[in-house]
Amino acid sequence: MERLEPWWSKAFKYATLLVASFVVLFPIYSVVIGAFKTQKEYYESGLALPQNFLNFDNFVRVYEVGKLGLGFQNILIILAVVIAGNVLLGTMVAYALGRFEFPLRKPILGMYLLAQVVPLVTTQVATFSLVKELGLFNTIYAPMLLYMGADVLQIVIYLQFIKNIPRDLDEAAMIEGASLFRIYRSIIFPLLAPATATLVILKTISVYNDFYIPLLYMPSQKLKVVSTAIYAFVGPNAAQLNVISAGILLIFLPTVVLFLMLQKYIFAGVVSGAVK
Amino acid sequence: MNWSYRTQKTVLLIGFLTVPLLLLILFSLYPAAFLVWLSLTDWDGLGWEMNFVGLDNYVEIFTRPDIFSVFRNNAYYFVGGLIQVALALYFAVVLNNRLLKGRYVFRMLLFLPYVLHSVATVIMFRNVYHTEYGSLNLLLESLGLGAWKQPWLSDRVLVDYALAFISMWKYMGLNMVIFLGALQSIPEDLYEAATIDGANGWQRFRHITIPGIYGVIELMLILTLTGALEVFDIPYIMMLGANDTETFVTQTIRMAFQYKKAGLASAMAVVLLCIVMLVIWVQRKLLYKGEKREWSV
Repeated sequence: MERLEPWWSKAFKYATLLVASFVVLFPIYSVVIGAFKTQKEYYESGLALPQNFLNFDNFVRVYEVGKLGLGFQNILIILAVVIAGNVLLGTMVAYALGRFEFPLRKPILGMYLLAQVVPLVTTQVATFSLVKELGLFNTIYAPMLLYMGADVLQIVIYLQFIKNIPRDLDEAAMIEGASLFRIYRSIIFPLLAPATATLVILKTISVYNDFYIPLLYMPSQKLKVVSTAIYAFVGPNAAQLNVISAGILLIFLPTVVLFLMLQKYIFAGVVSGAVK
Repeated sequence: MNWSYRTQKTVLLIGFLTVPLLLLILFSLYPAAFLVWLSLTDWDGLGWEMNFVGLDNYVEIFTRPDIFSVFRNNAYYFVGGLIQVALALYFAVVLNNRLLKGRYVFRMLLFLPYVLHSVATVIMFRNVYHTEYGSLNLLLESLGLGAWKQPWLSDRVLVDYALAFISMWKYMGLNMVIFLGALQSIPEDLYEAATIDGANGWQRFRHITIPGIYGVIELMLILTLTGALEVFDIPYIMMLGANDTETFVTQTIRMAFQYKKAGLASAMAVVLLCIVMLVIWVQRKLLYKGEKREWSV
């Protein structure tokens, strides 16, 4: 049927795709070329390619002055803890709520449902005083706990997924005499792996990108994460545009590399995350 | 372990649920409840001194035009979001065609902005929009459109469009990929049958594609609306609230942490919370009918 498509319709589709690709790539192009230019060159050469693609001065400067190394280190620690915690606690909750009947089950589900619709951005005024009260302000534990406690995406995904794991497996294991904990560890946890993959992808993207929580809870210079480190470049102490470009490029790089390697999983992840 | 399954179940439920529930209550539910209490006080956000002032803060929100009028700025992001959903649907339909050459490359390219770091993206656009050295004005000039050059961020009207565009640039590909996932679940033979019956492209789109992904379109629209209400990063990083680009969330944060009016800020947050929950409630009750989820209350 598609072969009957008239040429102008096809041409229109390709034209729109090319325009969209240009719109996507143009800002990225300007950052890439800017990152390799000297300051003088940046302001004089416009959109031209840099004279020397081996000019890494801007990268060195931004990495040192901007504390990007520290930013990457801190965000990696936060990511590791948050993802491990989310996977562990999420699978535990899903096993408890998805497999057992008990009097408090409905109220607990209701609490998670409520938490799901409360937007994180709105409650921070109150959360802020709580975090201070707990002595967590300006520590790396504040974002860790908030990402684990306030975002309930993992529960939604795991609960949906555990329904599709046949209960026969649990029962067969019980006949063999396996303990409930053993069933969780050896059957449920491994079989939830596809949901875990989705979760790891979605959480990595959202935590790596998050600006709001680190900005509010970790003002300390030692606790810069990538988003707050690059933010320091705007405002009164703004760096030169070419140096900022190098910083932007450095920050783009890790996720672009991961994306190119894991494309298939990332597409599957965002689709199942959205249509949960 | 030789415990009976009954004992095991009790131990497991307590062991598996205590910590997660503690986190949930502490960092999600308690703050929401506390927020409502704070909204009824004149707390300054610093010490523990606060007086109960009843609904005064709410009265202030609804009578001070400068507080409520920032929603006008949120509206730009919403309209931008609608355009973004429409474009995403268009490109998803185009890329769903197996005969299209380079469809995987285009899919990858259009999705790319979503994986780029969000703060760095906003700063990238600061450079793009720069009046003198920004690549957008340079591009216009090199295309012979020098007359179209604009001070994108300092013009009061243009700045709203410029900021909303960043959001579209970043999220269009995400919406597109989600639409593509939904489109692929529509059985191919429906289209074949319709073609045999003489349906043209538009008719197939109108009567097969749209009904087939209706739920997802609806979901995208709701996410666009709640997303637009909660915009924070883009105006905060780009403008530091200058040039009348404040959104409701940036204003709330400023009220709480800069002007030390935590009580008023809490009331603003409660208002936003109510609006967002109302939107979600309307979606679940009125639109998602039929499809009851296992754990919906």
